[in-house]
Amino acid sequence: MTTVRARRQDNAGYLFLLPWFAGILFTVGPFLASLYLAFTDYDLLTAPRWAGLDNFRAMLHDDKLHQSLQVTIVYTVISVPLSLAVALGVAMLLDRGVRGLAIYRSIYYLPSLLGGSVAIVMLWRYIFGYQGIVNHFLAWFGIQGPGWNSDPRFALSTLILLHVWTFGAPMVIFLAGLRQIPAMYYEAAAMDGASPWRQFRSITVPLLSPIIFFNLIQSLIASFQTFTQGYVISNGTGGPAESTLFYNLYLYQKGFAEFDMGYASSMAWLLLIIIAGFTAINFLAARYWVFYDN
Amino acid sequence: MTTDTATTDTAPADPATRPVTASPGSRRPSPRRRFLRHVLLCAVGVVMMYPLLWMISSSLKPSNTVFTDESLWPSTWDLGNYARGWTSLAEPFSLYLVNSLVIVTLSILGNLLSCSLAAYAFARLRFRGRTVFFALMLGTMMLPGHVLVVPQYVLFDRLGWLNTYYPLLVPHFLATNGFYIFLMVQFMRSLPDELDDAARIDGCGPFRTFWKIIMPLCLPAFATTAIFTFIAVWNEFFGPLLYLTDPDLYTVPLALRQFMDSEGQSQWGEMFAMSFVSLAPVIGFFIAGQKYLVKGIATTGLR
Repeated sequence: MTTVRARRQDNAGYLFLLPWFAGILFTVGPFLASLYLAFTDYDLLTAPRWAGLDNFRAMLHDDKLHQSLQVTIVYTVISVPLSLAVALGVAMLLDRGVRGLAIYRSIYYLPSLLGGSVAIVMLWRYIFGYQGIVNHFLAWFGIQGPGWNSDPRFALSTLILLHVWTFGAPMVIFLAGLRQIPAMYYEAAAMDGASPWRQFRSITVPLLSPIIFFNLIQSLIASFQTFTQGYVISNGTGGPAESTLFYNLYLYQKGFAEFDMGYASSMAWLLLIIIAGFTAINFLAARYWVFYDN
Repeated sequence: MTTDTATTDTAPADPATRPVTASPGSRRPSPRRRFLRHVLLCAVGVVMMYPLLWMISSSLKPSNTVFTDESLWPSTWDLGNYARGWTSLAEPFSLYLVNSLVIVTLSILGNLLSCSLAAYAFARLRFRGRTVFFALMLGTMMLPGHVLVVPQYVLFDRLGWLNTYYPLLVPHFLATNGFYIFLMVQFMRSLPDELDDAARIDGCGPFRTFWKIIMPLCLPAFATTAIFTFIAVWNEFFGPLLYLTDPDLYTVPLALRQFMDSEGQSQWGEMFAMSFVSLAPVIGFFIAGQKYLVKGIATTGLR
Protein backbone atom coordinates (compact mmCIF):
# COMPACT_ATOMS: atom_id res chain seq x y z
CA MET A 1 0.00 0.00 0.00
CA THR A 2 2.65 2.48 1.07
CA THR A 3 4.96 1.39 -1.73
CA VAL A 4 2.22 1.94 -4.26
CA ARG A 5 1.59 5.37 -2.92
CA ALA A 6 5.31 6.07 -2.79
CA ARG A 7 5.66 5.07 -6.41
CA ARG A 8 2.69 7.21 -7.32
CA GLN A 9 4.35 10.13 -5.56
CA ASP A 10 7.60 9.34 -7.36
CA ASN A 11 5.85 9.54 -10.68
CA ALA A 12 3.97 12.67 -9.77
CA GLY A 13 7.19 14.32 -8.65
CA TYR A 14 8.94 13.53 -11.92
CA LEU A 15 5.92 14.67 -13.87
CA PHE A 16 5.89 18.03 -12.09
CA LEU A 17 9.59 18.36 -12.76
CA LEU A 18 9.24 17.54 -16.44
CA PRO A 19 9.66 21.13 -17.69
CA TRP A 20 12.60 21.58 -15.35
CA PHE A 21 14.26 18.38 -16.62
CA ALA A 22 13.88 19.71 -20.15
CA GLY A 23 15.28 23.03 -18.99
CA ILE A 24 18.48 21.30 -17.91
CA LEU A 25 19.17 20.85 -21.61
CA PHE A 26 19.41 24.61 -21.84
CA THR A 27 21.54 25.13 -18.73
CA VAL A 28 23.62 22.16 -17.66
CA GLY A 29 23.97 20.97 -21.25
CA PRO A 30 25.50 24.23 -22.52
CA PHE A 31 27.60 24.43 -19.37
CA LEU A 32 29.34 21.17 -20.24
CA ALA A 33 29.43 22.00 -23.94
CA SER A 34 31.22 25.27 -23.26
CA LEU A 35 33.93 23.41 -21.36
CA TYR A 36 34.49 21.29 -24.45
CA LEU A 37 34.39 24.23 -26.85
CA ALA A 38 36.97 26.04 -24.74
CA PHE A 39 39.54 23.56 -26.03
CA THR A 40 38.52 23.81 -29.66
CA ASP A 41 38.79 26.06 -32.64
CA TYR A 42 35.24 26.74 -33.74
CA ASP A 43 33.64 29.25 -36.10
CA LEU A 44 30.07 27.94 -36.15
CA LEU A 45 30.30 27.01 -39.84
CA THR A 46 32.73 24.09 -39.71
CA ALA A 47 32.81 21.47 -37.00
CA PRO A 48 34.81 22.27 -33.85
CA ARG A 49 38.46 21.25 -34.17
CA TRP A 50 40.32 20.11 -31.04
CA ALA A 51 42.95 22.71 -30.26
CA GLY A 52 44.16 21.64 -26.84
CA LEU A 53 45.39 24.59 -24.85
CA ASP A 54 45.83 26.85 -27.88
CA ASN A 55 43.07 29.24 -26.84
CA PHE A 56 44.47 29.61 -23.37
CA ARG A 57 47.96 30.15 -24.73
CA ALA A 58 46.65 32.83 -27.07
CA MET A 59 44.99 34.53 -24.12
CA LEU A 60 48.38 35.06 -22.53
CA HIS A 61 49.37 37.36 -25.39
CA ASP A 62 46.03 39.05 -25.99
CA ASP A 63 46.47 42.65 -24.86
CA LYS A 64 42.82 43.45 -25.39
CA LEU A 65 41.90 40.58 -23.11
CA HIS A 66 44.21 41.88 -20.41
CA GLN A 67 42.74 45.34 -20.82
CA SER A 68 39.20 43.97 -20.53
CA LEU A 69 40.14 42.02 -17.42
CA GLN A 70 41.62 45.13 -15.89
CA VAL A 71 38.53 47.21 -16.71
CA THR A 72 36.24 44.60 -15.20
CA ILE A 73 38.29 44.05 -12.06
CA VAL A 74 38.79 47.78 -11.42
CA TYR A 75 35.09 48.36 -11.94
CA THR A 76 34.14 45.53 -9.60
CA VAL A 77 36.65 46.23 -6.88
CA ILE A 78 35.62 49.89 -6.67
CA SER A 79 31.92 49.89 -7.43
CA VAL A 80 30.84 46.89 -5.36
CA PRO A 81 32.21 48.00 -1.97
CA LEU A 82 31.30 51.61 -2.70
CA SER A 83 27.67 50.90 -3.48
CA LEU A 84 27.34 48.49 -0.55
CA ALA A 85 28.79 51.11 1.78
CA VAL A 86 26.32 53.70 0.52
CA ALA A 87 23.50 51.16 0.78
CA LEU A 88 24.40 50.35 4.38
CA GLY A 89 24.86 53.99 5.34
CA VAL A 90 21.51 55.04 3.92
CA ALA A 91 19.78 51.99 5.37
CA MET A 92 21.05 52.95 8.83
CA LEU A 93 19.86 56.51 8.38
CA LEU A 94 16.46 55.19 7.38
CA ASP A 95 16.22 52.60 10.11
CA ARG A 96 15.83 54.87 13.09
CA GLY A 97 12.13 55.49 12.91
CA VAL A 98 12.26 58.05 10.15
CA ARG A 99 9.04 59.71 9.18
CA GLY A 100 8.29 59.10 5.50
CA LEU A 101 10.38 55.94 5.39
CA ALA A 102 8.24 54.43 2.61
CA ILE A 103 8.72 57.46 0.37
CA TYR A 104 12.47 57.62 0.86
CA ARG A 105 12.76 53.90 0.31
CA SER A 106 10.82 54.08 -2.95
CA ILE A 107 12.90 56.97 -4.26
CA TYR A 108 16.16 55.24 -3.46
CA TYR A 109 15.01 51.87 -4.71
CA LEU A 110 13.55 52.87 -8.08
CA PRO A 111 16.93 53.54 -9.78
CA SER A 112 18.08 50.00 -9.09
CA LEU A 113 15.27 48.74 -11.32
CA LEU A 114 16.27 51.07 -14.13
CA GLY A 115 20.07 51.06 -13.89
CA GLY A 116 20.58 48.20 -16.32
CA SER A 117 18.28 49.60 -19.01
CA VAL A 118 19.48 50.97 -22.30
CA ALA A 119 17.57 54.19 -21.69
CA ILE A 120 19.48 54.98 -18.50
CA VAL A 121 22.91 54.15 -19.87
CA MET A 122 22.16 56.38 -22.86
CA LEU A 123 21.05 59.06 -20.46
CA TRP A 124 24.36 58.66 -18.61
CA ARG A 125 26.18 59.35 -21.86
CA TYR A 126 24.58 62.76 -22.03
CA ILE A 127 24.64 63.61 -18.36
CA PHE A 128 28.39 63.10 -18.36
CA GLY A 129 28.94 64.35 -21.89
CA TYR A 130 30.96 67.46 -22.66
CA GLN A 131 27.83 69.60 -22.66
CA GLY A 132 26.10 67.48 -20.03
CA ILE A 133 24.51 68.64 -16.81
CA VAL A 134 27.50 67.59 -14.74
CA ASN A 135 29.67 70.06 -16.58
CA HIS A 136 26.95 72.71 -16.38
CA PHE A 137 26.95 72.21 -12.65
CA LEU A 138 30.74 72.40 -12.46
CA ALA A 139 30.67 75.59 -14.55
CA TRP A 140 28.91 77.36 -11.67
CA PHE A 141 32.15 76.90 -9.77
CA GLY A 142 34.21 78.03 -12.70
CA ILE A 143 35.39 74.53 -13.54
CA GLN A 144 35.40 73.39 -17.15
CA GLY A 145 34.93 69.63 -16.95
CA PRO A 146 36.03 67.28 -19.71
CA GLY A 147 33.69 65.09 -21.74
CA TRP A 148 33.67 62.46 -19.01
CA ASN A 149 32.59 59.66 -21.31
CA SER A 150 34.97 60.52 -24.12
CA ASP A 151 38.04 60.76 -21.89
CA PRO A 152 39.62 57.34 -21.31
CA ARG A 153 40.70 58.46 -17.85
CA PHE A 154 37.14 59.07 -16.65
CA ALA A 155 34.82 56.95 -18.79
CA LEU A 156 34.84 53.99 -16.43
CA SER A 157 34.23 56.19 -13.37
CA THR A 158 30.95 57.39 -14.82
CA LEU A 159 29.83 53.76 -14.99
CA ILE A 160 31.01 53.20 -11.43
CA LEU A 161 28.77 56.10 -10.43
CA LEU A 162 25.94 54.50 -12.34
CA HIS A 163 26.49 51.35 -10.30
CA VAL A 164 26.44 53.32 -7.07
CA TRP A 165 23.23 54.99 -8.24
CA THR A 166 21.58 51.55 -8.04
CA PHE A 167 22.37 51.02 -4.36
CA GLY A 168 18.65 50.69 -3.58
CA ALA A 169 18.39 46.92 -3.96
CA PRO A 170 21.03 46.04 -1.35
CA MET A 171 19.69 48.88 0.79
CA VAL A 172 16.27 47.22 1.00
CA ILE A 173 17.93 43.97 2.05
CA PHE A 174 19.97 45.80 4.69
CA LEU A 175 16.85 47.51 5.98
CA ALA A 176 15.15 44.16 6.45
CA GLY A 177 18.23 42.92 8.31
CA LEU A 178 18.55 45.98 10.55
CA ARG A 179 14.92 45.53 11.58
CA GLN A 180 15.82 42.23 13.19
CA ILE A 181 18.52 43.55 15.49
CA PRO A 182 16.87 43.86 18.89
CA ALA A 183 16.80 47.44 20.14
CA MET A 184 17.85 46.33 23.60
CA TYR A 185 21.36 45.58 22.36
CA TYR A 186 21.79 49.23 21.55
CA GLU A 187 20.11 50.32 24.76
CA ALA A 188 22.43 48.18 26.82
CA ALA A 189 25.47 49.37 24.89
CA ALA A 190 24.43 53.01 25.26
CA MET A 191 23.96 52.52 28.98
CA ASP A 192 27.49 51.16 29.18
CA GLY A 193 28.65 54.32 27.43
CA ALA A 194 29.43 52.90 24.01
CA SER A 195 29.79 55.60 21.35
CA PRO A 196 27.66 55.36 18.16
CA TRP A 197 30.75 54.28 16.22
CA ARG A 198 31.48 51.60 18.79
CA GLN A 199 27.86 50.43 18.60
CA PHE A 200 28.15 50.27 14.83
CA ARG A 201 31.36 48.26 15.03
CA SER A 202 30.30 45.90 17.80
CA ILE A 203 26.58 45.44 17.24
CA THR A 204 25.46 46.45 13.76
CA VAL A 205 28.32 45.03 11.70
CA PRO A 206 28.56 41.62 13.39
CA LEU A 207 24.80 41.06 13.45
CA LEU A 208 24.38 42.24 9.90
CA SER A 209 27.49 40.52 8.59
CA PRO A 210 25.74 37.50 7.03
CA ILE A 211 23.57 39.87 5.03
CA ILE A 212 26.51 42.07 4.07
CA PHE A 213 28.34 38.98 2.97
CA PHE A 214 25.41 37.73 0.94
CA ASN A 215 25.10 41.10 -0.80
CA LEU A 216 28.83 41.21 -1.42
CA ILE A 217 28.88 37.84 -3.16
CA GLN A 218 25.80 38.63 -5.22
CA SER A 219 27.06 42.01 -6.38
CA LEU A 220 30.49 40.62 -7.09
CA ILE A 221 29.20 37.91 -9.39
CA ALA A 222 26.82 40.28 -11.17
CA SER A 223 29.44 42.97 -11.54
CA PHE A 224 31.96 40.66 -13.18
CA GLN A 225 29.37 39.98 -15.86
CA THR A 226 28.58 43.60 -16.69
CA PHE A 227 27.77 44.00 -20.35
CA THR A 228 25.00 46.46 -21.24
CA GLN A 229 26.64 49.43 -19.55
CA GLY A 230 29.87 49.06 -21.49
CA TYR A 231 28.11 48.25 -24.73
CA VAL A 232 25.69 51.16 -24.68
CA ILE A 233 28.01 53.82 -23.30
CA SER A 234 30.54 53.10 -26.06
CA ASN A 235 28.05 52.05 -28.74
CA GLY A 236 29.53 48.57 -28.79
CA THR A 237 33.20 49.47 -29.14
CA GLY A 238 34.33 49.49 -25.52
CA GLY A 239 35.97 52.84 -26.17
CA PRO A 240 37.31 55.44 -25.73
CA ALA A 241 40.69 53.71 -25.92
CA GLU A 242 39.14 50.48 -24.62
CA SER A 243 38.45 52.11 -21.28
CA THR A 244 34.95 50.61 -21.06
CA LEU A 245 35.83 47.29 -22.69
CA PHE A 246 34.23 45.03 -20.12
CA TYR A 247 35.23 41.40 -20.22
CA ASN A 248 31.85 40.23 -21.42
CA LEU A 249 31.80 42.92 -24.08
CA TYR A 250 35.09 41.62 -25.43
CA LEU A 251 33.77 38.07 -25.18
CA TYR A 252 30.77 39.18 -27.22
CA GLN A 253 33.01 40.79 -29.84
CA LYS A 254 35.14 37.67 -30.08
CA GLY A 255 32.27 35.21 -30.16
CA PHE A 256 29.60 37.02 -32.10
CA ALA A 257 31.40 39.55 -34.26
CA GLU A 258 34.50 37.50 -35.12
CA PHE A 259 32.73 34.15 -34.56
CA ASP A 260 35.76 32.83 -32.76
CA MET A 261 33.57 30.68 -30.55
CA GLY A 262 36.27 28.43 -29.19
CA TYR A 263 38.17 31.43 -27.93
CA ALA A 264 35.00 33.00 -26.53
CA SER A 265 34.29 29.77 -24.64
CA SER A 266 37.73 29.66 -23.12
CA MET A 267 37.29 33.31 -22.15
CA ALA A 268 34.02 32.39 -20.47
CA TRP A 269 35.78 29.71 -18.47
CA LEU A 270 38.60 32.02 -17.47
CA LEU A 271 36.02 34.46 -16.12
CA LEU A 272 34.20 31.64 -14.37
CA ILE A 273 37.46 30.65 -12.67
CA ILE A 274 38.16 34.25 -11.70
CA ILE A 275 34.66 34.66 -10.27
CA ALA A 276 35.04 31.39 -8.39
CA GLY A 277 38.41 32.58 -7.10
CA PHE A 278 37.07 35.90 -5.85
CA THR A 279 34.13 34.11 -4.26
CA ALA A 280 36.39 31.57 -2.59
CA ILE A 281 38.64 34.29 -1.21
CA ASN A 282 35.59 35.99 0.22
CA PHE A 283 34.35 32.78 1.77
CA LEU A 284 37.73 32.26 3.40
CA ALA A 285 37.89 35.84 4.60
CA ALA A 286 34.32 35.52 5.88
CA ARG A 287 35.56 33.36 8.73
CA TYR A 288 37.14 36.41 10.25
CA TRP A 289 34.29 38.84 10.01
CA VAL A 290 31.00 37.09 9.29
CA PHE A 291 29.18 36.17 12.43
CA TYR A 292 26.46 33.54 12.50
CA ASP A 293 24.16 33.79 15.48
CA ASN A 294 23.11 30.16 15.84
CA MET B 1 14.04 35.60 8.04
CA THR B 2 10.55 36.73 7.12
CA THR B 3 8.87 35.15 10.08
CA ASP B 4 11.16 37.08 12.41
CA THR B 5 10.18 40.36 10.82
CA ALA B 6 6.56 39.40 11.11
CA THR B 7 6.76 38.76 14.84
CA THR B 8 8.63 41.95 15.64
CA ASP B 9 6.16 43.80 13.46
CA THR B 10 3.11 42.57 15.27
CA ALA B 11 4.38 42.49 18.83
CA PRO B 12 3.68 46.03 20.10
CA ALA B 13 0.04 46.89 20.51
CA ASP B 14 0.32 50.46 19.32
CA PRO B 15 1.50 50.57 15.71
CA ALA B 16 2.71 54.14 16.08
CA THR B 17 5.41 53.09 18.53
CA ARG B 18 6.60 50.19 16.43
CA PRO B 19 9.26 51.84 14.25
CA VAL B 20 10.88 53.32 17.33
CA THR B 21 11.03 50.16 19.39
CA ALA B 22 11.91 47.93 16.48
CA SER B 23 14.90 50.05 15.52
CA PRO B 24 18.12 50.95 17.25
CA GLY B 25 16.96 54.53 17.74
CA SER B 26 15.14 54.00 20.99
CA ARG B 27 17.24 56.84 22.29
CA ARG B 28 15.33 59.15 20.05
CA PRO B 29 17.60 61.67 18.36
CA SER B 30 17.13 65.31 19.20
CA PRO B 31 14.85 67.41 16.95
CA ARG B 32 17.88 69.13 15.45
CA ARG B 33 19.50 65.85 14.51
CA ARG B 34 16.26 64.55 13.12
CA PHE B 35 15.96 67.66 10.99
CA LEU B 36 19.52 67.30 9.73
CA ARG B 37 18.83 63.69 8.90
CA HIS B 38 15.86 64.67 6.78
CA VAL B 39 17.97 67.29 5.01
CA LEU B 40 20.54 64.61 4.24
CA LEU B 41 17.94 62.09 3.11
CA CYS B 42 16.27 64.66 0.89
CA ALA B 43 19.61 65.62 -0.64
CA VAL B 44 20.28 61.98 -1.47
CA GLY B 45 16.77 61.76 -2.89
CA VAL B 46 17.37 64.74 -5.16
CA VAL B 47 20.60 63.25 -6.47
CA MET B 48 18.82 59.94 -7.09
CA MET B 49 15.89 61.49 -8.91
CA TYR B 50 17.70 64.23 -10.79
CA PRO B 51 18.81 62.10 -13.77
CA LEU B 52 15.26 60.88 -14.29
CA LEU B 53 13.76 64.34 -13.93
CA TRP B 54 16.34 65.69 -16.35
CA MET B 55 15.40 63.01 -18.84
CA ILE B 56 11.71 63.86 -18.59
CA SER B 57 12.42 67.56 -18.79
CA SER B 58 14.69 67.08 -21.82
CA SER B 59 12.01 65.06 -23.54
CA LEU B 60 9.80 68.15 -23.40
CA LYS B 61 12.36 70.63 -24.76
CA PRO B 62 13.22 71.38 -28.37
CA SER B 63 16.31 69.32 -29.23
CA ASN B 64 18.52 72.36 -29.73
CA THR B 65 17.86 73.63 -26.20
CA VAL B 66 18.38 70.32 -24.37
CA PHE B 67 21.96 71.19 -23.47
CA THR B 68 21.58 74.96 -23.22
CA ASP B 69 18.40 75.28 -21.19
CA GLU B 70 19.61 74.31 -17.73
CA SER B 71 16.30 74.63 -15.93
CA LEU B 72 14.28 71.50 -15.25
CA TRP B 73 11.17 73.46 -16.17
CA PRO B 74 11.47 73.91 -19.95
CA SER B 75 11.51 77.56 -21.04
CA THR B 76 10.14 76.47 -24.39
CA TRP B 77 8.03 73.36 -24.65
CA ASP B 78 8.12 70.87 -27.46
CA LEU B 79 5.61 68.10 -26.95
CA GLY B 80 6.16 67.13 -30.59
CA ASN B 81 9.22 65.12 -29.47
CA TYR B 82 6.91 62.29 -28.53
CA ALA B 83 5.09 62.28 -31.85
CA ARG B 84 8.28 62.59 -33.90
CA GLY B 85 10.23 60.13 -31.78
CA TRP B 86 7.43 57.61 -32.21
CA THR B 87 8.01 57.51 -35.97
CA SER B 88 11.67 58.44 -36.29
CA LEU B 89 13.06 54.88 -36.21
CA ALA B 90 12.77 52.20 -38.88
CA GLU B 91 9.39 51.12 -37.54
CA PRO B 92 6.82 52.98 -35.44
CA PHE B 93 7.65 52.77 -31.77
CA SER B 94 4.35 51.03 -31.07
CA LEU B 95 5.65 47.97 -32.91
CA TYR B 96 8.63 47.72 -30.55
CA LEU B 97 6.37 48.19 -27.57
CA VAL B 98 4.09 45.40 -28.78
CA ASN B 99 7.08 43.13 -29.44
CA SER B 100 8.38 43.72 -25.94
CA LEU B 101 4.95 43.26 -24.47
CA VAL B 102 4.45 39.92 -26.23
CA ILE B 103 7.81 38.64 -25.01
CA VAL B 104 7.25 39.90 -21.48
CA THR B 105 3.73 38.47 -21.20
CA LEU B 106 4.74 35.05 -22.46
CA SER B 107 7.84 35.03 -20.27
CA ILE B 108 5.77 35.77 -17.19
CA LEU B 109 3.31 33.06 -18.11
CA GLY B 110 6.12 30.58 -18.74
CA ASN B 111 7.90 31.37 -15.49
CA LEU B 112 4.74 31.12 -13.42
CA LEU B 113 3.71 27.80 -14.92
CA SER B 114 7.02 25.99 -15.11
CA CYS B 115 8.53 27.31 -11.89
CA SER B 116 5.42 26.64 -9.84
CA LEU B 117 5.26 23.06 -11.09
CA ALA B 118 8.89 22.48 -10.17
CA ALA B 119 8.48 24.30 -6.87
CA TYR B 120 5.50 22.17 -5.92
CA ALA B 121 7.48 19.00 -6.54
CA PHE B 122 10.43 20.25 -4.49
CA ALA B 123 8.36 21.70 -1.68
CA ARG B 124 5.55 19.23 -1.16
CA LEU B 125 6.10 15.91 -2.90
CA ARG B 126 8.37 13.08 -1.85
CA PHE B 127 10.17 11.20 -4.56
CA ARG B 128 13.49 9.56 -5.08
CA GLY B 129 16.29 11.93 -6.05
CA ARG B 130 14.53 15.00 -4.72
CA THR B 131 17.43 16.28 -2.66
CA VAL B 132 19.88 15.68 -5.50
CA PHE B 133 17.71 17.53 -7.98
CA PHE B 134 17.13 20.33 -5.52
CA ALA B 135 20.87 20.71 -5.02
CA LEU B 136 21.32 20.75 -8.79
CA MET B 137 18.69 23.46 -9.04
CA LEU B 138 20.49 25.56 -6.44
CA GLY B 139 23.69 24.97 -8.39
CA THR B 140 22.20 26.32 -11.60
CA MET B 141 21.17 29.42 -9.65
CA MET B 142 24.81 30.19 -9.03
CA LEU B 143 25.89 29.46 -12.58
CA PRO B 144 27.03 32.71 -14.20
CA GLY B 145 25.02 33.10 -17.39
CA HIS B 146 27.99 34.14 -19.51
CA VAL B 147 29.37 30.59 -19.56
CA LEU B 148 26.24 29.36 -21.29
CA VAL B 149 26.05 31.98 -23.99
CA VAL B 150 28.16 30.43 -26.73
CA PRO B 151 26.76 26.87 -26.61
CA GLN B 152 23.22 28.19 -26.24
CA TYR B 153 23.74 30.27 -29.35
CA VAL B 154 25.04 27.22 -31.21
CA LEU B 155 22.11 25.17 -29.99
CA PHE B 156 19.54 27.77 -31.02
CA ASP B 157 21.28 28.11 -34.36
CA ARG B 158 21.00 24.35 -34.90
CA LEU B 159 17.33 24.46 -33.99
CA GLY B 160 16.83 27.20 -36.55
CA TRP B 161 15.70 29.60 -33.84
CA LEU B 162 17.95 32.54 -34.66
CA ASN B 163 16.00 35.66 -35.47
CA THR B 164 12.90 34.31 -33.73
CA TYR B 165 11.55 34.81 -30.21
CA TYR B 166 12.07 31.16 -29.25
CA PRO B 167 15.52 31.63 -27.67
CA LEU B 168 14.06 34.38 -25.50
CA LEU B 169 10.86 32.55 -24.60
CA VAL B 170 11.39 28.79 -24.44
CA PRO B 171 13.84 28.84 -21.48
CA HIS B 172 11.17 30.62 -19.45
CA PHE B 173 8.76 27.76 -20.06
CA LEU B 174 11.35 25.26 -18.87
CA ALA B 175 11.94 26.61 -15.39
CA THR B 176 15.51 27.65 -16.11
CA ASN B 177 15.46 30.48 -13.58
CA GLY B 178 16.19 28.87 -10.24
CA PHE B 179 15.55 32.07 -8.32
CA TYR B 180 11.84 31.93 -9.00
CA ILE B 181 11.66 28.23 -8.16
CA PHE B 182 13.49 28.95 -4.94
CA LEU B 183 11.16 31.81 -4.09
CA MET B 184 8.10 29.64 -4.64
CA VAL B 185 9.59 26.67 -2.76
CA GLN B 186 10.14 28.92 0.24
CA PHE B 187 6.60 30.16 0.01
CA MET B 188 5.00 26.73 -0.45
CA ARG B 189 6.94 25.29 2.47
CA SER B 190 5.36 27.89 4.71
CA LEU B 191 1.86 26.53 3.94
CA PRO B 192 0.57 23.94 6.44
CA ASP B 193 0.98 20.25 5.48
CA GLU B 194 -2.58 19.56 6.59
CA LEU B 195 -3.80 21.17 3.39
CA ASP B 196 -2.36 18.35 1.28
CA ASP B 197 -3.50 15.70 3.73
CA ALA B 198 -7.04 17.01 3.75
CA ALA B 199 -7.09 17.23 -0.02
CA ARG B 200 -5.82 13.66 -0.31
CA ILE B 201 -8.44 12.34 2.08
CA ASP B 202 -11.04 14.10 -0.04
CA GLY B 203 -9.69 12.19 -3.02
CA CYS B 204 -7.56 14.83 -4.71
CA GLY B 205 -4.52 13.64 -6.62
CA PRO B 206 -1.33 15.72 -6.65
CA PHE B 207 -2.45 17.68 -9.69
CA ARG B 208 -5.83 18.69 -8.30
CA THR B 209 -4.17 19.54 -4.98
CA PHE B 210 -1.64 21.69 -6.78
CA TRP B 211 -4.15 23.40 -9.02
CA LYS B 212 -7.03 23.87 -6.58
CA ILE B 213 -5.35 24.24 -3.21
CA ILE B 214 -1.75 25.35 -3.50
CA MET B 215 -1.84 27.59 -6.58
CA PRO B 216 -4.50 29.97 -5.22
CA LEU B 217 -2.59 30.32 -1.96
CA CYS B 218 0.63 31.18 -3.75
CA LEU B 219 -0.65 34.35 -5.37
CA PRO B 220 1.72 36.63 -3.42
CA ALA B 221 4.74 34.60 -4.57
CA PHE B 222 3.36 34.64 -8.11
CA ALA B 223 2.95 38.39 -7.98
CA THR B 224 6.58 38.78 -6.92
CA THR B 225 7.72 36.46 -9.70
CA ALA B 226 5.61 38.26 -12.27
CA ILE B 227 6.93 41.69 -11.34
CA PHE B 228 10.56 40.61 -11.29
CA THR B 229 10.16 38.81 -14.59
CA PHE B 230 8.49 41.84 -16.08
CA ILE B 231 11.29 44.18 -15.11
CA ALA B 232 14.11 41.79 -16.01
CA VAL B 233 12.68 40.86 -19.41
CA TRP B 234 11.55 44.37 -20.28
CA ASN B 235 15.06 45.71 -19.68
CA GLU B 236 16.89 42.75 -21.18
CA PHE B 237 19.37 43.79 -23.80
CA PHE B 238 21.89 41.02 -24.31
CA GLY B 239 19.51 38.26 -25.40
CA PRO B 240 17.62 40.32 -27.99
CA LEU B 241 20.90 41.81 -29.22
CA LEU B 242 22.25 38.32 -29.78
CA TYR B 243 19.23 36.64 -31.28
CA LEU B 244 17.20 39.29 -33.10
CA THR B 245 18.58 40.77 -36.31
CA ASP B 246 15.40 41.65 -38.16
CA PRO B 247 14.33 45.19 -37.11
CA ASP B 248 10.68 44.11 -37.27
CA LEU B 249 11.36 41.85 -34.30
CA TYR B 250 13.28 44.39 -32.21
CA THR B 251 12.35 44.92 -28.60
CA VAL B 252 12.25 48.36 -27.01
CA PRO B 253 15.87 48.39 -25.75
CA LEU B 254 17.20 47.36 -29.16
CA ALA B 255 15.07 50.01 -30.83
CA LEU B 256 16.25 52.72 -28.44
CA ARG B 257 19.85 51.91 -29.17
CA GLN B 258 19.27 52.92 -32.78
CA PHE B 259 19.02 56.53 -31.64
CA MET B 260 22.73 56.39 -30.94
CA ASP B 261 23.50 55.48 -34.52
CA SER B 262 21.69 58.55 -35.78
CA GLU B 263 23.36 60.77 -33.22
CA GLY B 264 24.71 63.14 -35.82
CA GLN B 265 21.23 64.40 -36.48
CA SER B 266 20.98 65.40 -32.80
CA GLN B 267 17.39 64.36 -32.20
CA TRP B 268 17.97 64.49 -28.47
CA GLY B 269 14.49 65.56 -27.52
CA GLU B 270 13.01 62.64 -29.42
CA MET B 271 15.55 60.23 -27.99
CA PHE B 272 14.76 61.23 -24.42
CA ALA B 273 11.04 61.13 -25.15
CA MET B 274 11.26 57.52 -26.30
CA SER B 275 13.64 56.70 -23.46
CA PHE B 276 11.00 57.87 -21.05
CA VAL B 277 8.34 55.88 -22.88
CA SER B 278 10.55 52.81 -22.48
CA LEU B 279 10.95 53.34 -18.73
CA ALA B 280 7.37 54.30 -17.98
CA PRO B 281 6.04 50.70 -17.77
CA VAL B 282 8.79 49.76 -15.32
CA ILE B 283 8.02 52.79 -13.20
CA GLY B 284 4.33 51.93 -13.38
CA PHE B 285 4.91 48.34 -12.33
CA PHE B 286 7.15 49.56 -9.55
CA ILE B 287 4.48 51.84 -8.17
CA ALA B 288 1.78 49.17 -8.47
CA GLY B 289 3.82 46.28 -7.16
CA GLN B 290 6.15 47.89 -4.66
CA LYS B 291 4.92 45.76 -1.79
CA TYR B 292 5.82 42.53 -3.57
CA LEU B 293 9.12 43.85 -4.82
CA VAL B 294 10.36 44.94 -1.44
CA LYS B 295 9.23 41.67 0.12
CA GLY B 296 10.73 39.67 -2.71
CA ILE B 297 14.19 41.13 -2.48
CA ALA B 298 14.18 41.07 1.27
CA THR B 299 13.49 37.32 1.29
CA THR B 300 15.50 36.08 -1.68
CA GLY B 301 17.99 38.80 -2.43
CA LEU B 302 16.76 39.09 -6.01
CA ARG B 303 17.54 42.26 -7.82
